[in-house]
Amino acid sequence: MDETVGDKPLLSLRNINITFGGVRALRDVSFELRAGEVHCIAGENGSGKSTLIKIITGVYRPADGAEIEFAGKRYAHMSPVQANAGGIKVIWQDLALFPEMSVAENIAFSEVVGRGVRLVDYDRIRAIALAALARLGVSLDVDAPLKAFPIAQRQIVAIARALVGEARIVFMDEPTASLTQSETDNLLAIVRNLAASGVAVVFVSHRLAEVLDISSRITVLRDGRLVGVYPAEGMTQSRITELMTGRTFDAQVRAASRQDRPVVVAVDGLSRPSQFSDISFEVRQGETLGITGLLGSGRTELAMTLFGMLKPAAGSIRLDGQPVHFSSNRDAIDAGIAYLSEDRLSLGLIQAQSIADNLVIASLGRILSGGLIAPDKKAGLVARWIADLGVKIGKPEDAISTLSGGNQQRVAIAKWLATKPRLLILDAPTVGVDVGARAGIFDIVARLADSGLAIILISDEVPEVYFNADRVLHMAQGRVVGCYDPRAYTLHDIEAAVYG
Amino acid sequence: MAKFFRTHGTESALLLVITVISLILSLITDRYFTIGNAFDLLNTSSVNIIFAVGLLVVLISGGIDISFAVAASVVQYGTALFVGWIGGGDWAIGLMVAGGLGILLGSINAGLIQAFGIPSIVVSISSFNAFFGLLMFFTKGVSIYDLPDWLTAHVALYERQLADGSWIEISLPVLVMVICVVATWALVTRTTIGRQLYAFGDNPEGARRFGVNIAAMRFIAFGWLGLMAGIAGLVQAHYAQEVVPNALYGREMDVLAAVVLGGARLGGGKGTVLGCVLGVMLTQITQNGLNLMGVSPFAFKMIVGSIILVAITLSNSPVERLLPFLSRQGAPK
Repeated sequence: MDETVGDKPLLSLRNINITFGGVRALRDVSFELRAGEVHCIAGENGSGKSTLIKIITGVYRPADGAEIEFAGKRYAHMSPVQANAGGIKVIWQDLALFPEMSVAENIAFSEVVGRGVRLVDYDRIRAIALAALARLGVSLDVDAPLKAFPIAQRQIVAIARALVGEARIVFMDEPTASLTQSETDNLLAIVRNLAASGVAVVFVSHRLAEVLDISSRITVLRDGRLVGVYPAEGMTQSRITELMTGRTFDAQVRAASRQDRPVVVAVDGLSRPSQFSDISFEVRQGETLGITGLLGSGRTELAMTLFGMLKPAAGSIRLDGQPVHFSSNRDAIDAGIAYLSEDRLSLGLIQAQSIADNLVIASLGRILSGGLIAPDKKAGLVARWIADLGVKIGKPEDAISTLSGGNQQRVAIAKWLATKPRLLILDAPTVGVDVGARAGIFDIVARLADSGLAIILISDEVPEVYFNADRVLHMAQGRVVGCYDPRAYTLHDIEAAVYG
Repeated sequence: MAKFFRTHGTESALLLVITVISLILSLITDRYFTIGNAFDLLNTSSVNIIFAVGLLVVLISGGIDISFAVAASVVQYGTALFVGWIGGGDWAIGLMVAGGLGILLGSINAGLIQAFGIPSIVVSISSFNAFFGLLMFFTKGVSIYDLPDWLTAHVALYERQLADGSWIEISLPVLVMVICVVATWALVTRTTIGRQLYAFGDNPEGARRFGVNIAAMRFIAFGWLGLMAGIAGLVQAHYAQEVVPNALYGREMDVLAAVVLGGARLGGGKGTVLGCVLGVMLTQITQNGLNLMGVSPFAFKMIVGSIILVAITLSNSPVERLLPFLSRQGAPK
């Protein structure tokens, strides 16, 4: 890093206040960014992270009294045009790319916008795209449509697009959320190169390990206030969590072994071509089986097979010793299997419907009276589960979308518990859920296991399964490649095996 | 060539279906595979192709419109009254008036969508009824047969007598159609506006964040369709030698089906001019073939519907599966 540049901040904000509908989203926050650094903004959902980013990029206007200084100039607030012209670029979490258009057009889209009607110079567009990709040290077929590429490459296209023109600050909002570990490593290498070339990168991620790995400084926000700015060196994940939530969490592996309980589900030699093969395991009453592995390891396909949505090509599933053949997930639900899907937003919950409707959707048969839904039975069921799982809601009639990620996930779990399952499959239950709320969800999982439910917990974050499961299966390329007892292995052993 | 098949899956599938149908038709009818019939096909398809390329632009931008055919009727009627009132006129004046009226009607749709945020399908269902209702109300359903000479006079740009004594010709509608096709192709593939239209249809929020002017996109897309509809209306009046208020009623569904058949996506961001033209040609060839085979016209819709289903199924399958020899080129997926 260039020390002379590093001394004076490229961007500094002071006295940032902003109020939305009477709620102060940011309170006297300050922020400082130096050229060539990777700076992480950490905080739970609702802590003000994205509000701060939107102020810097000119989307929101802070309250009077704010002082913004960027590249030696002072602003009361910056407009999006000023921010963009000054080289402040954002890579949105949803990337905002155009799947049907070519990679080149996606990267050099600025060539066709905002300069009146002209003929398109495709040679120039190609040249710009190739130059931007070369700067990242990546080669892609720039003539192919973007939709031909997986999400990891699209992420790179989005970064390349941010580099077109002069980029001085690049914001990356959860850039690794849908990437596998090796793709994440590639991305982090690109971020390092970018910083080395003098660009300031602001990195926002839920994955604290990667935050510690990539950033040089960390700004922590909580409830719209600045907690502090910390050098990444010497920081630990648990310390950041503590700063973000104001609470301490001490994780311990589960204590008792449950090998003496009756087996609920036994899977033997289960296979589906090109998805998973020869999977065998048992889950006992009150036991939590963790399954981990990278994206594409066949975890979700396995879960969907257990849930009757996919048919196994070979092997058997036995429930309480009896072989079962599900022709649909309705059969599986009736047999006592519940599956919390990995994509809560689009699959797990119906966002526009009410909390109550979401909660009863899988167990409508239990609230009927003469073939019609009985309002009193429905209200009783809803009230019971909301109290039982400690969901914080306004009214049961409110739309589910009004709840926070953690509370939505509780409703999703309640929805399945209302079907009275004997086996609960949780697929990535903490994606998009804050650190604090995660602990609450795992408390529920532990309580459910203690009450005798058999649980399969799927997660690509090894610590989650390590601290919350009785056994951990490691899947890779559709096979079980390792089985670990958390009481006999360290977290590091398993992480090395999975991420190595 | 192989590259074309891979990058233009829909167009290739359509060409394949058109070839197969043409082969079958030339075997079972003796009239289909003649030069005369080919020119007939071109002449009769012109109006629908002009409509189709206009509609394509709206579909690319993520909108939809079903009011364009009745809008064309309004334009026809209005233009016929106008040139009657000024006592003649010529093609230049006629095209300007028809195009201008068309743009105006298209802009009404765009304005309603933009100002009130109503989905384009809802707006165009309303304007479809409003345009047609107003036209029938004010005209009382009376047709205009007394058209100026320039509009009804047959213009053959090229004609020749064949050895068997029959005449082939390329008429004015074909020239107008070719100009509209080339202009639309240039608009969507060669101008910055066209690329913004694709981007807006593909990912509206992404385009908005990038500074694409959303209102401008809507007015350009619906204005272009209005322009094409106006021109098509005038050309159809020339072709039919009369202006009948409900002559184009129902045409919108044929055109919409042909454009979607040509690979344009309801939802935006996708579609090519070539696919669009092939889509219209396929439906026309089918009708023409059925006609030559002596099939009852009442069966046309049913058969055309089935052909569209088959063709769309084919064009949604990977080309490699339809034409396995292509995959040997080692192409990326």
